[in-house]
Amino acid sequence: MMISSLFAVEAAEAVSFPLLPSLIFIPLLTALIIGLLPAHRDDYSRITALAGSAITGAVSVYMLAKFVVDDGGFQFVSERSWIADLGISFSLGVDGISLFLVVMTGILFPLGLLATSAHHDAKAYHIWVMILMAGSMGVFMSLDLLMFFMFFEIVLVPMYFLIGGWGHGNRVYAALKFFLYTMAGSALMMVGILVVVFLTARNTGGALTFDIRDLAEAQALTTNQARAVLATFALAFAVKVPLFPLHTWLPDAHTEAPTIGSVILAGVMLKLGTYGFLRFGLYLFPEASHDFAPIFLTLGVIGIVYGAIVATVQKDLKRLIAYSSIAHLGFIIIGLFALNSQGIQGAVMQMVNHGISTGALFILVGWIYERRHTREIAALSGLQKAAPLFAGVFTLVMLSSVGLPGLNGFVGEFLILLGAFQGDARWFAVVATTGVILAALYLLWAYQRVFHGTPEGENATMRDLSFSEFFSILPLLALIVGMGVYPKPVLDRIEPAVDELIVHIEANVNGFTEPEPEAPEQHDKREQLIEALHEAEEKAEAKAAAKGEGE
Amino acid sequence: MLELAWLIPAAPLVGFGLILLFGRALGEPLAGWLGLSAAATSFAATVVVFLGLVAEEHSERFFVQTLFEWVPAGNFSVNAGLLVDPLSITMCLFITGVGTLIHLYSIGYMHGDPNFSKFFLYLNLFVASMLLLVLGDNMLMTFLGWEGVGACSYFLISFWFTDPANASAGKKAFVTNRIGDFGFMLAMFLVFSKVGSIQYADIIPWAVEHLGDPAIAGTATAIVLLLLVAAAGKSAQLPLYVWLPDAMAGPTPVSALIHAATMVTSGVYLLTRMNPVLAIADGWAVDTIAWVGALTALFAATVAVAQNDIKKVLAYSTVSQLGYLFLAVGIGAYVPAIFHMITHAFFKALLFLGSGSVIHGMNDEQDMRKMGGLAKLMPITSITFIIGWLAIAGVPPFAGFWSKDEILLYAWNDNKALWAIGLVTALLTAFYMTRQVILTFFGRTRFYDATAEEINAAFDNRLVSASGVTTEAEEALAAAHASVEKAAGDVEKKTAAVEVSATKLNDAKEALALVSADDDSHAKLTKALEKAEKGVPKASENLAKAQSTVAEANASVDSAEEALAAAKSSYRALAAKRSTLPMPDTHVTAVSAAPKLGDLAGEMPASYVERQEYHPHESPWTMTVPLVALSGAAIVGGALNLPFTKDLHFLQHWLETSLFGNEAKLAVATSTKWGLAVVAIVCALAAIAGAFHVYMRGKVDPRTIEKTPFARAWYVDETYAKIAGGPGHKGFDFAALFDRSVIDGAVNGVASAVRSIGSSLRSLQTGYVRNSALGIVVGSAAVVLWFLSRLWQS
Repeated sequence: MMISSLFAVEAAEAVSFPLLPSLIFIPLLTALIIGLLPAHRDDYSRITALAGSAITGAVSVYMLAKFVVDDGGFQFVSERSWIADLGISFSLGVDGISLFLVVMTGILFPLGLLATSAHHDAKAYHIWVMILMAGSMGVFMSLDLLMFFMFFEIVLVPMYFLIGGWGHGNRVYAALKFFLYTMAGSALMMVGILVVVFLTARNTGGALTFDIRDLAEAQALTTNQARAVLATFALAFAVKVPLFPLHTWLPDAHTEAPTIGSVILAGVMLKLGTYGFLRFGLYLFPEASHDFAPIFLTLGVIGIVYGAIVATVQKDLKRLIAYSSIAHLGFIIIGLFALNSQGIQGAVMQMVNHGISTGALFILVGWIYERRHTREIAALSGLQKAAPLFAGVFTLVMLSSVGLPGLNGFVGEFLILLGAFQGDARWFAVVATTGVILAALYLLWAYQRVFHGTPEGENATMRDLSFSEFFSILPLLALIVGMGVYPKPVLDRIEPAVDELIVHIEANVNGFTEPEPEAPEQHDKREQLIEALHEAEEKAEAKAAAKGEGE
Repeated sequence: MLELAWLIPAAPLVGFGLILLFGRALGEPLAGWLGLSAAATSFAATVVVFLGLVAEEHSERFFVQTLFEWVPAGNFSVNAGLLVDPLSITMCLFITGVGTLIHLYSIGYMHGDPNFSKFFLYLNLFVASMLLLVLGDNMLMTFLGWEGVGACSYFLISFWFTDPANASAGKKAFVTNRIGDFGFMLAMFLVFSKVGSIQYADIIPWAVEHLGDPAIAGTATAIVLLLLVAAAGKSAQLPLYVWLPDAMAGPTPVSALIHAATMVTSGVYLLTRMNPVLAIADGWAVDTIAWVGALTALFAATVAVAQNDIKKVLAYSTVSQLGYLFLAVGIGAYVPAIFHMITHAFFKALLFLGSGSVIHGMNDEQDMRKMGGLAKLMPITSITFIIGWLAIAGVPPFAGFWSKDEILLYAWNDNKALWAIGLVTALLTAFYMTRQVILTFFGRTRFYDATAEEINAAFDNRLVSASGVTTEAEEALAAAHASVEKAAGDVEKKTAAVEVSATKLNDAKEALALVSADDDSHAKLTKALEKAEKGVPKASENLAKAQSTVAEANASVDSAEEALAAAKSSYRALAAKRSTLPMPDTHVTAVSAAPKLGDLAGEMPASYVERQEYHPHESPWTMTVPLVALSGAAIVGGALNLPFTKDLHFLQHWLETSLFGNEAKLAVATSTKWGLAVVAIVCALAAIAGAFHVYMRGKVDPRTIEKTPFARAWYVDETYAKIAGGPGHKGFDFAALFDRSVIDGAVNGVASAVRSIGSSLRSLQTGYVRNSALGIVVGSAAVVLWFLSRLWQS
C-alpha cells in the first residue's frame, strides 16, 4: 500500500538534530521574536506566529516520519542533567502514547491560528499562543516529573490571559474560574511528586530521581503510599479531564474563550488529564491505579451519560460542544481503565480524534459567530440554504464526533468499548455504549435547528466558506477521513508502547492479567468456511440418522 | 472472475468521489448519468463475480478477499475484507440491479431540483455502503455499511431540508437506528470475547463446533437477542419501527431504494448471515424473532388499511412485509426469507416508483382521496402498478405469491398460530393494496374535485355577501322608518294649517256680518273672506297629501322589514349549510359523485381554479422504463424457487452453501401443501373482492373499516412523542438545572466562602485576581529562569 510505505521506517535512524527540544524552543523563540516586532503591525506578528507554529508542526511531522514503528520505548530521548543533586534532569522523550499527541499539538496550533484572528492586541495574543504551544509540547514530552509539573502549570498562564483578554462576554469570570479551579486541583500534586521521589529514594536507598522511567521501574512505594500519592495526582488530572463532578469550569472556559482558546483547550489541554492518568497514573502506580479503576470507570460512565444529557438541552452551541467533550473524555477514561490493549489503544487514539474533531467544531462555530455574532441555537436556522459548503463540512465533522464508522471518531470509540467489555469493566462498557445513542441525539438535533429549516433574516444571507477558510480546515477533514479509513499506521505506532505498559502493569499487579480473549487459530479463511460447512452437514446427517434410529 | 469482487463496492464509491469533486460542474443530467454508470458498473461486476461463484463446487462457494488490515489492536484485528458467497452475492445482485434502475428513474424524478447532483452523490454513497454491508467479511465491515446506509438515509430523508418536518424525520431515523446500533455493538463485543474474532470465517466454525453445546447456548442467546435489537432498528420492527413511516418525507426514489428494497432488509440479512449462531442459541431466542416479526406484520397491516397518503400505505406495508421476513428467519426458513426479500424488493420498489410516478404526474399530490381514475391518464404507471399489486396481494402466478406461500408453509410446519397470523396479514395486505389501487387508478377522477377547504372557502365568500345584503336591508328599513316619522310630522303641521285656515274663514265671516255692504271695509273684508274660503280646501288638500305620504312611508317600512327578514333567513340557511357541509375528501369512495358546486362555482379559491388548468400526465421514459423492468421481475420472480419439484428449488439449492444446514426441514404432506396454497389464494381473492365491494361498488361505508386506531397507528408513535417531549425533556432540563445550580453552585459557593475569608487578609492583597495571576506568572518565570541557570551551569 502506498499509504503505509509513506510511514514505513525500517530502522532507527540517528537524528543529529535536537528534535524534541526544538519543538519547545521554536515556539518560545517565535514568541520572543514577536515581542521584538513593532506593536502597531498586527500582520507581522500574525505571520511570524503562523510561521513559527508551522515550522514546529513540520518538525513534529518529521519526527513522526522518523519514529520507529516497532519500538515500544521512548525515542528521540534528549537528556541533560539539570539539578544533579536533586536528580532533576531536562529529559524529553516520545513513545507511541505521546507521539500523536505531540503531532496533534503541532498541527492544531498552526491550523487554529490560520483559521482565526486576534481582533485586537495581536502582538500579545500571538505571544501567549506561542508560549502555550511550547508548554503543551513540553507536557507531552517530559520524562521528568518536575519538568512535567512545571509545564503542566505553565500552560495555565497563557490560557488564562487568552480567555481573559480575547474572550467573549463573561470572560473574566470564566478565566478566573478556569485558573483557580485547575490550580487548586494540582496544588496537592506537587506534594505528591515530592513524596514519591523522596520515598522512592529512601525505600530503595538510591539517589534522588525525578525520572519517571526510574520511578516506574523501582515501584518502591508501599500500597498505601502509592494510593495516597495517586490520589493527589488523580485530583489534578480529574479536574483537567474533567471528570464529573469537577467539570463546571469547562463549559464556562470553552464558551467564553476565543476560538483558538477553545480549540487548544479541547484539543490539547483536556488531554493533559487523560495523558496524566496514563503516564503518571498507570505507569507510575499500576497497582493503585488498578485498585482505583472502578472509581474512575464510574466517573467516566457518569461523564458519558451526564455530559450527553446536559449537552442536549444547551442553548449555546459552544456550551453544547463543551458538554459533549465531557462525554467524549469519559470514553477515554473508560478505555484507559479497561487495562487492555484495545481499550488503551483506543483511548490514546481517541485523545487525538477528539482533538481533531472537537477542534474543527470549535473553528466552525467560531466562523458562525464571526458571521452572525451569535452562537445561540435559537437565533440560527436554515444555514444550509445559504452556506451549503459550510454545512457539508460541519456535517462531516459532526459525524466524526458522533462516531460514524469510516471516520476517525469511530475507531477510537469502538476500541475503547470493545476493550472495556472484555474485562471487569464489562457493565461499564454496556452503559457507556448508550453514549453513542445520546451523541447522535444532541448533535443531530443541534444540526437540525441550526442548519435545517427555512432561513430568515440574516441567516438567509450568511456567507459560505471562503476559499482560504476551506483550505485551513481541509487538513483536519483529511485526517478525519484518513484515520477512519486507514487507522493502521496510527495504531501500529501506539501498540508497542501500550503493550509495554500492559506488561509493566501485569508485572506489578498481583494476579492481574490483561483481560483479552485469545484469537482463534488462523487458517485460510476460505478453507475454514468450507470445513465448517462439511462439519455442519455431517452433524446434520448424524442428527437425522439418530432421529431415524429413534423412530 | 471472483477477484473482481472489490469492484462491486468500489464502482459506486468512485462514482461518489467523482460527483463530490465534479458534481456541481457536471450538473443536470450528467451527474445523474455518472451516478447511473457507477451503479451499472457495479451490477456488471456483480454478475461477473456471480458467474465465477457458480463455476465453483457447490460446497466450496466461498471467496474471501482481503483488501487491507483495517483496525488492528492487540489480539483484535479486522480487515477491510469481502466475503463472497451465495448469500452475499444474491444480495448484491438485487441491490445493484434495483439500484441501477432507481438511478435511471431518479434522473427523471429529480429533474429540475436545484440539488440534482447532490442527490446522486448520496445515492452512490448509499449503494457503496449497502454493498459493503452485505459483502463485509466481518461484523465490523457490516457495521461500517450499516452505519453508512444509515447516514445516507439521514441525508436523503432530510434532502429537502427547508421543511422542518423532513429534517425531523431524518433525525428520527438516525437516532432510532442508533438504538439498534447499540445492540449491534454489544453483539460484536460479546462475539469477540467468546470467539476472539469478529470475522464470519471465524464465527461460523466456532458456532458449528458448538452445535448442541448447552454451555455456550446462554452466550449465543444473548448474541442473538442483541442482533435482534440491531435488526429491529434497521428493519423497522416493533417497537423501533416508528422512523420508517416518517422516512417517507424523502424523495420517492429514496423510499423505493432505501426504505423498501435494500437498507431495511439489512436486519434480515444480518440474522441470516449469523444463522449458525442462531442455531446454537436457546429456542426461545429465535422464537422471539419469529413473534416480533409476526406481530409487526399484523400490526402494520392493520395500520395500512386506514392510511390515505399513497406512500404511507406503502410504508406500513413495507414494515408489515419485513415482519414477514423476520417471522421466516425466526422459524429457520432462511431461503423463503431471502426469496421473499428479493421478490419484495422487486414489487415494492415497483410500487414505490409507481407511486412516485403518480405523485410526479399529479403535481406532488400524495393524498389518494384526490386521485382516482388515473388508469386512463397514466397507462404505463397504472399497468405496472397493477402488476405490483397482484404480486404483493399473493395472486398466482405473480412473484409475491410464491415467496409468501413458502413462508406460510414453513410457518404451518413450525407453529399454527404463526401461520394464522401470517394468513390474516396476507388477507389484510390483499385488502389494503386493492383499496390503494382502486382509490388511485379506478373510479372517478377526483383530482379536479373541490376539497372541503375549497368549498368552505367559497361558502365563506357567500356568507360574507349574504351578510352584506342583510346589512343593506337593515339600512333601508331604518331609512323607511325615518321617512315615516318625517311624513307624520308633516301631517301634524298640515292638520294645524287646516285649523288655522278654518279659524281665519270664521273670523272673516264674522267680521263681514258686522259691517255694512257699502262700507269701505266691506270690499276689503269680502276679499279676505274669499281668500279664506280658498285657503280651506288648499289646506285640506295639503293634509290629504301628507296623509298619503305617511301611508307610503309605512308601506316602504313594511317592505324593508320583509327584505331584512328574507336576507336574514337566507344567511341562516347558508350558515346552516356551511356547518353541515359534506366534507368531500374525508371519505369519498370511488363511486361517489363529485360534490355539487352549483352557484358556488364562481367563487372557488385560486388553488381550485389553478388545478382545473393542470392535467395529470404520464411520466417520462426515464421513469417508465424502470417501472416496466421491475414489473417484468415482479411477474416472473417466482421462478427463482418454484415449489413443484426439487429441481426447481434453484434458490434453495444455491443458498444451501451459506446456511450451514440450518434451514428448517419441512414435514408437511404434499396434499397439505396444496391445501395451504389454495387457502392462501382463496383468502387473497376474497380480500380483493371485499375491497372491490367497499371501494369500487360503494356497498359498505369505508368508515366502518378505517377505524381511528388504525389510522393513528395504534397511538404508538404519539405515545413515544409524548414521553420524549414530556417527562423525557423535563428530565434532561432537570439535569442541566442540576448542573448549573447544584454542581456549579457548590463551586461558586466555595469560591465566595474563600473570598469572604480572604477579605480579612485584604491588607496583604489588592483583591484583584488579575494581580495574583500576574504574581503567579512572575513567580513561575523566576522559577524557570532559576532552573535554566542551573542547566547552564551543569
